[in-house]
Amino acid sequence: MIAPFALLSRIWHFYRDGFRQMTWGRTLWVIILIKLFVIFVVLRLFFFRPALAGMDEQQKGEAVGTALTR
Amino acid sequence: MNLLTILDPATIDWSRAQFALTACYHWLFVPLTLGLALIMGIMETIYYIKRDDFWKRTAQFWMKLFGINFAIGVATGLILEFEFGTNWSNYSWFVGDIFGAPLAIEGIVAFFMEATFIAVMFFGWNKVSRGFHLASTWLTGIGATLSAWWILVANAWMQHPVGMEFNPETVRNEMVDFLAVAFSPTAVVKFFHTVSCGWMTGAVFVVGVSCWFLLKQRNRQLALASVKVASITGLVATLIVMFTGDQSGISIAREQPMKLAAAEGLRQGGTQAPFSIVPGIEVPGMLSILATHDPNGYVPGIDNLLQGYTTPDGQTFPSAEDKMARGRKALAAFTDFRTNRLSDPARAAEARAELQANVDCFGYGYIQQPADLVPPVWLVYWSFRLMVGLGSLLMLILIAAWWLQHKGRLENARWMHYAALAAIPMVYVAGQAGWVVAEVGRQPWAIQDLLPLNAAVSQMSPTGVALTFFLFVVVFTALLAAEVTIMCKAIKNHQA
Repeated sequence: MIAPFALLSRIWHFYRDGFRQMTWGRTLWVIILIKLFVIFVVLRLFFFRPALAGMDEQQKGEAVGTALTR
Repeated sequence: MNLLTILDPATIDWSRAQFALTACYHWLFVPLTLGLALIMGIMETIYYIKRDDFWKRTAQFWMKLFGINFAIGVATGLILEFEFGTNWSNYSWFVGDIFGAPLAIEGIVAFFMEATFIAVMFFGWNKVSRGFHLASTWLTGIGATLSAWWILVANAWMQHPVGMEFNPETVRNEMVDFLAVAFSPTAVVKFFHTVSCGWMTGAVFVVGVSCWFLLKQRNRQLALASVKVASITGLVATLIVMFTGDQSGISIAREQPMKLAAAEGLRQGGTQAPFSIVPGIEVPGMLSILATHDPNGYVPGIDNLLQGYTTPDGQTFPSAEDKMARGRKALAAFTDFRTNRLSDPARAAEARAELQANVDCFGYGYIQQPADLVPPVWLVYWSFRLMVGLGSLLMLILIAAWWLQHKGRLENARWMHYAALAAIPMVYVAGQAGWVVAEVGRQPWAIQDLLPLNAAVSQMSPTGVALTFFLFVVVFTALLAAEVTIMCKAIKNHQA
């Protein structure tokens, strides 16, 4: 039976060593991080504001109901 | 004022173009992930059984290509969810509860499953036991496949909505039967058809890359062994694609007959309906067999569906005008309900009952003329032929690759090497064509019979949507270029 702390330590070392020993994976991580930045910061903040953002559930229902019956 | 008169048609066109672009790019990455996951799982299983390091190195090579594809493709599907909220806000709210559950399950279970086991798969060689590593490799693939399941459940629901009730109070469809949504026959068939298409993509990719090695006279042992595994996997996948394609045809004939009629360019239907190979060349009775498994089965054409028809066994189906009249009743009742629900509960109850009686035609209330119910026939017709034609050609290429490898003649068959390389773009075109049939073929519906695109779209400026469309073209093309460059480099530099 492994103690919880020892288990967490092993998991931590597993990931740390894995990332340290990466070769071609480093390039991929750079691409992933740039992509996530573009998706979640550039696109999400500046271009994709949900049309019903800021409304509560009832207001959203009202807004869509009005749009569908207009 | 009518919703349709205040919407700029360009908003719908740009929004659908943007969604189509995003979905098409996303589908460049997904099938290879699904296919390579299966093939590397099989290869590592052989390593586990034989304890031969050659199979470990072979599995590791394909895992590297899997990793490149996974890294570039991951999260591209999230943009579709952004588009739902921004460009298709009416739709998003209207389906919320039905879409929310499958997508939440997909996000939580499958994503974390992939994220956990993919780390063990890449970092765990020589650190965890062989059995645990093998399990992690398979669980990575199973996680990706489960993701596909929930996404396809959501898509299948749009094609054939089941297991829900429309609540006019909240203006949402609410799930009343989770199992009916999660395991609807449409979802099951769509899942196996789509996933087996992914397996076929992976197999064709592995055969193609291996044949490139043979063409360059490099990594001979890896190439021959990979062709053996991939060609058999690809042929099994092709058989599943064909079987589920047949089941899909039956399902479409029953639930989306307009899509089938458009895919065949069939204006006037009937019994012993012919299957069109290309315009002017038909196989008599074949469409009836494909659509109903009966040579005398009745298949309605586009005109029959618009004008209404009666099958030989006496079943009568309403015309488009009849459905539009019921749709307008449903819409009027919905408006009436919303107007009176607080001030006059009795009248609201009557309106609600009227709405429920016609809710199956709700979306027809937004249709202006029957011709709007016909999807672009030429696009669906030719996409279907492209999908089936290329699929058949790919099957022949896989059979030839397996046969030549089996007979020990693959190494010197240069024509086969070129054919296998050409098969890589072909399998992608076939997959994309399949999605065009599925999605363009169901136009004008966002949700079949319940919500057309002109009601589903958000009211926004077309300029903004056009801007993000071109932004996506740039972002996705850059990602694709990165994928192809890194992938080619990894293949070129590989020395087994």
